[in-house]
Amino acid sequence: MAGVNTVVARDLRLAYGAREVLHGVSFEIARNEILGVIGPAQSGKTSLVRCLNRTIDFVTGATMSGSLEFEGEDVRKIKDVFSLRRRIGMVAPLPVGLPLSIYDNVAFAPRCAGLRDRSALNAIVERCLRQAALWDEVKDRLNSLGTALSGGQQQRLTIARALSHQPEILCLDEFSIAIDPVTTMRIEDVLRELSREITIVLVTNLVQQARRLADRTMFLWNGEIIEVGVTQAIFSDKARDRRTYEYVNGIFG
Amino acid sequence: MAREPAVPVESAGKFRETAAGRGHRRTEALVRGVFMTMAAAMVLPLLLLVAYLIVKAAPVLSLEFLLDVPRRGMRAGGIWPALVGTVYLVLGALVVSAPIGVMAAIYLKEYARDNAFHRAVNMAVINLAGVPSIVHALFGLGAFVYAARFGYSIVSASLTLAIMTMPVIITSTREALNAVPHAFREACWNVGATRWQTIRGVVLPNSISGILTGVILEVSRTAGETAPIMFTGAVFFKAVQRGDLLPYGLNDQAMALSMHLYTLSTQVPDVPEALPYATAVVLLGTVLTMNALSIALRFWLRSRKRW
Amino acid sequence: MTAHLPPPTHTPDRRPSRGALAVFGERVLENVIRLSGVSAIFFVLAIFFFVFREAAPVLVSDSFSLKEFLFSVAWYPTSDINVRYGILGLIVGTACVSGLAVLIAVPFSLGSAIFIAEFCGPRLREGLKVVIELLAAIPSVVWGFIGLTVMSRLIVAVTGAPVGVNVLNGGIILALMCVPIITSIAEDALKAVPDSYREAALALGATRWQTVHRVLVPAARTGLLAAVLLGVGRAVGETMAVLMATGHAVHIPSSVLDSVRTLTANIAAELGEASVNSEHYRVLFLTGVLLFLITFVINLTADLVVRGVRRER
Repeated sequence: MAGVNTVVARDLRLAYGAREVLHGVSFEIARNEILGVIGPAQSGKTSLVRCLNRTIDFVTGATMSGSLEFEGEDVRKIKDVFSLRRRIGMVAPLPVGLPLSIYDNVAFAPRCAGLRDRSALNAIVERCLRQAALWDEVKDRLNSLGTALSGGQQQRLTIARALSHQPEILCLDEFSIAIDPVTTMRIEDVLRELSREITIVLVTNLVQQARRLADRTMFLWNGEIIEVGVTQAIFSDKARDRRTYEYVNGIFG
Repeated sequence: MAREPAVPVESAGKFRETAAGRGHRRTEALVRGVFMTMAAAMVLPLLLLVAYLIVKAAPVLSLEFLLDVPRRGMRAGGIWPALVGTVYLVLGALVVSAPIGVMAAIYLKEYARDNAFHRAVNMAVINLAGVPSIVHALFGLGAFVYAARFGYSIVSASLTLAIMTMPVIITSTREALNAVPHAFREACWNVGATRWQTIRGVVLPNSISGILTGVILEVSRTAGETAPIMFTGAVFFKAVQRGDLLPYGLNDQAMALSMHLYTLSTQVPDVPEALPYATAVVLLGTVLTMNALSIALRFWLRSRKRW
Repeated sequence: MTAHLPPPTHTPDRRPSRGALAVFGERVLENVIRLSGVSAIFFVLAIFFFVFREAAPVLVSDSFSLKEFLFSVAWYPTSDINVRYGILGLIVGTACVSGLAVLIAVPFSLGSAIFIAEFCGPRLREGLKVVIELLAAIPSVVWGFIGLTVMSRLIVAVTGAPVGVNVLNGGIILALMCVPIITSIAEDALKAVPDSYREAALALGATRWQTVHRVLVPAARTGLLAAVLLGVGRAVGETMAVLMATGHAVHIPSSVLDSVRTLTANIAAELGEASVNSEHYRVLFLTGVLLFLITFVINLTADLVVRGVRRER
């Protein structure tokens, strides 16, 4: 599982204008692992993953400094940022169904990447909808509007979209907020399977979800990494930092 | 705020109306009445004027009036050349201003960063909208008739009109683009779509109808303008065949409905009263109908939201 | 429950890529879009440039005095013996007609805006807003025609004036033209006041009217000011309606029943007769430059006023 590092960050700082939100964090992400990122609200978890695929660029006034490398390349200097976002995918917390048909929702990213072949697109649509645990519910109405789905279905649609461009790293930011527990379990199973081939970064407020899924867990608080290590260790009494222990046991949240 | 007298102790729990309260309610009713009158003062003139115009125009209004050409030095006959001329001018202006206007709005909404340059472009659009129509006429004269050597022609007039009414398209396109929630754009960018791919795939298809509303609005504005075309290509009179659909070449001068109304009411002596009224009714009717169409389209769109 | 996954196909060299033509085409299109965005600035500058270009020679000519131009009432452009180009009469004419129009329009507009924003039900509101839009759509030449015919007769009948085209006529017609723009922007300004203000006032026991005149109007005052300014801009820039409704006398009016001529109408009336590149022609263009500057300043002020508010907040 562990081994080659796909992402290496050294002294990564992020500021929104004058306000610094990440204070020089350093970490690695290994290929094919599931990295859980936990921490209280406003710790910088979302900001951190948004740095990975440069979706932080959408925030005006955001400045990144320090070193962040993906497969050996400096993320900040990558020219084709669109291709980067296809290699590092992101599932945002709030479900967004695009006002297109369900089919077009999932086919959107491959089409943007240049894929035109109808049968290949069909295959991708079916595979991603299956992986997102949505196929059975929508297979008969692929032409209906994506925005007409329920919130939970739209979140799964968002996950399907994120998978459609075959990312090497998939970042999920609190993906289960709008989904019921049963569907969440199904998706967690899928994530476990997927991690055999891709790397997964799981940002979550649900500490137990990290415990279930993550190989390693990172505890982020106020823009600093308090502790990072094998999940089992983080969640045990042997956690090195007192604050980690308190957080995972709900003493503060 | 006036201080209400305290609730009398013996009726604690029950609110009794006080004199001050009654006074307030009377003021309230009075004020409401005054404002309602003011609003009515806007509605009534519109209705009365339209009614009066139609009544005065009635003797002459007919299909024949629309198809016939002016006769006897414009003291009889119809308005066909002016109608066709207006269509030419409006289409010409539309062909130029719609693409540029829509793209300018797309730039302002989708590409421009919020900085000094963006504000300058914004200011320019506002100023463009506020330039007096006669100054547009002067500009058209100096730039198109003389400098570009198009001469007095439909080309010069259409270009002048295009620049004059472009702000209308820019504004309504921006509104249509703004109506598309930002979340959609971010969802597209998140999966690696470029700005243009996002615009083409999601934003534009969902703004087209709003843009169409703006186009209809622009058409109605353009049809009513007089000053800009008076000195760049509209003409007092032009001999044209009755019912001819293509009487003008692009380098010709043309008659126009708005210009014709001005001519009939100020330049031609002894015109039978009904003629200018009928011209006004046709012009007003066309403009109001198109506006009503644009408004109806907006209402229909609101009910058809795709999210 | 586990999904059936096909073998991985996401190694970098198996990724689809966009054709070079598509990428190139997109870049071209985006540049065209950028160019269009800049075009608004270009057009405004072009308008000023071309109008100024025709006017410029007269500024350096010996026989022309800018001071006389701006401050003399004597306007005799076609005189054989003593050609004079004083536009003070026109400036005053513009000021009178526009001033009267704004004076009439503002109370009605603000009253209507308050009524629409605060006092009426949703369906009536939609109806009134539609009416305002239609009122705004009436072409200026139609308004001019109304001034020339309907309003003129009305004024003569009511006031006994010898002629019905005068300051009063132009003022009323312009007022009717300005009302829609002032009303709709004022209504926007009132609607922009957060509901929390209204709720707070009502919670303190205020009536609607008290809320309006003590809380909402002060809160929206800069937006209302901007609305009035834009109405003034519209009035000053109007051409056809005043051309037809105010008469032909170039002088300083002594009463509202006097005929008068505005800067805009004057250009429209005389441009056709001035021979190209003559001094008269150039002076008319110079008047155009002046008009451009006046409306530019008004629009700039209105925009700064609104922006100043936003920065305050």
